[in-house]
Amino acid sequence: MLIGVIVKSLFILIVMVAGLAPVITWIERKQSAVMQDRIGANRADVGGITLLGLMHPLADVFKLLSKEDVVPTGANRIMHLISPVIAAVPAVIAFAVVPFGGVYTLGGEEFSLVAANPDWGLLYIFAIGSIAMYGTVMAGWSSNNNWSLLGGLRASAQMISYEVTMGLSVVGIFMVFSTLQLQDMVVAQDDTFRVFGFLEVLFGLSVPAWLDFVRLPAWGVFYQPLGFVLFLTTIMAENKRPPFDTPEGESEIIAGYHLEYSGMRFGLFFMAEFIEVLVIAALMTTIFLGGWSVPWLTTETIIGGIAGVFGEGFATGICIILHFLSFMLKVVFMIWLQMALRWTLPRFRYDQVMDLCWKIILPLSIANVFVTGGIILLAGGTS
Amino acid sequence: MTVPAVLFYAFAALAVLSAIGMVVQVRNTVASAMSLVITMVALAGIYVLLEAHLVAVIQIMVYGGAIVVLFLFVVMLLNLRSDDFGPARQRLVRLAAAAIGVFALTWMLRLFSGLPEAPPLPEGFGGYREVGIALYTDYVLLVEVASLLLTAAIVGALILAKRKID
Repeated sequence: MLIGVIVKSLFILIVMVAGLAPVITWIERKQSAVMQDRIGANRADVGGITLLGLMHPLADVFKLLSKEDVVPTGANRIMHLISPVIAAVPAVIAFAVVPFGGVYTLGGEEFSLVAANPDWGLLYIFAIGSIAMYGTVMAGWSSNNNWSLLGGLRASAQMISYEVTMGLSVVGIFMVFSTLQLQDMVVAQDDTFRVFGFLEVLFGLSVPAWLDFVRLPAWGVFYQPLGFVLFLTTIMAENKRPPFDTPEGESEIIAGYHLEYSGMRFGLFFMAEFIEVLVIAALMTTIFLGGWSVPWLTTETIIGGIAGVFGEGFATGICIILHFLSFMLKVVFMIWLQMALRWTLPRFRYDQVMDLCWKIILPLSIANVFVTGGIILLAGGTS
Repeated sequence: MTVPAVLFYAFAALAVLSAIGMVVQVRNTVASAMSLVITMVALAGIYVLLEAHLVAVIQIMVYGGAIVVLFLFVVMLLNLRSDDFGPARQRLVRLAAAAIGVFALTWMLRLFSGLPEAPPLPEGFGGYREVGIALYTDYVLLVEVASLLLTAAIVGALILAKRKID
């Protein structure tokens, strides 16, 4: 049991965090280049090998590690030194509750590919998010610089506002799946539903049998399209990357909260943002895009289809690989979507960010909760 | 000692130490607030050991996160310096803290004289499902009264803010 948890944690740390986070910096450079009709990162090389610019993350780390680590005079030294750590650690440990595979039985033993599976999984993510705020706020305060302080102030107001709406925008999903456990949520999405079934439920019409074949995967995004948009917006605002980068605001307050940071401590803030991009992608996948499930092919179908010819163990192995590939594919799609949004939209002014939160997203998410509740009531319980 | 007992004493020590740190550092408001965060998180750890998972998460989200961030926001907005707290005010805060501490200590000593054995927990105790059902059946009146209070507070804040703008 304990060994299983350690193996899964190491897998997450090595594959997801250490392996994918640097690649995301490369994706960002290359995608921005493509969108702006440039070539993008292609110069850093090891012995002439550039790997399409994939050597750049390596060069970044070397540069940041070899730079001087400055603590400004008049700064609160302890706070200045630990703030980047407070910002980066929550991003990494948020992965603990994200399932990267389903529940399988192999050799009579049942195992679930998620490091920790508490009953209150999604609430854990929200709790972690509220602790992560302190990294930004304290970095802004401890630097003893007015621009940093302004960045910290903006960050505290923005993140606290968006945390409220972030919680409200997924209440609809809680109601649909009636669970907070992320693994259970994905198991519920590992299914299909009849597209025209709602005509029967809501209007009492009879649907011809041949339309039953028109099916969609039972993903959260199809049950809660508005919830998907709202949650993506709020969680991207929590990550404070452009267009929501008011705490940094290069054109207004220089670099905001990390203005006085240099070397790898700046690198940690940088890393935290990119790991959060990954966390957001994994979370959106898990909640709204069916997590590890393969669309239109449930776990039973896959295992049942292969087991007859090749045996149970082989079928389970294939199923695990398919599920993991499906999960990673969706995660990469969500990363791409975030990058595309980041390089498409112009940045908001600070008051526009707050208006968007309190005047648009909050009423919409409350309306979403009421409409979802009404539909569930009409349908007679959760479907 | 069992693992939960070790964890309990670790969290309890952390909570008490950071609470003392909060009072001692009264001159440095931000450091004081950060000590408060550590106290809140340590308390959340104790709640997890007591199987009250929902309360633990809410403790971190609301008290550890939102409320102290708002404290920090106000402190940073006012840009308080350490000399804004005169010796008289510091003495007052420390006296109040000492009085509360002595009261809590005597209360604890009284309790230690005879604690009954804890009854077994009911099924699903402390989960969001059970707490939610209890809140919206047995305590629904209190929930509604609390929401009315919050609405009144929001309206009051709006009126105060609007008068300044006008």
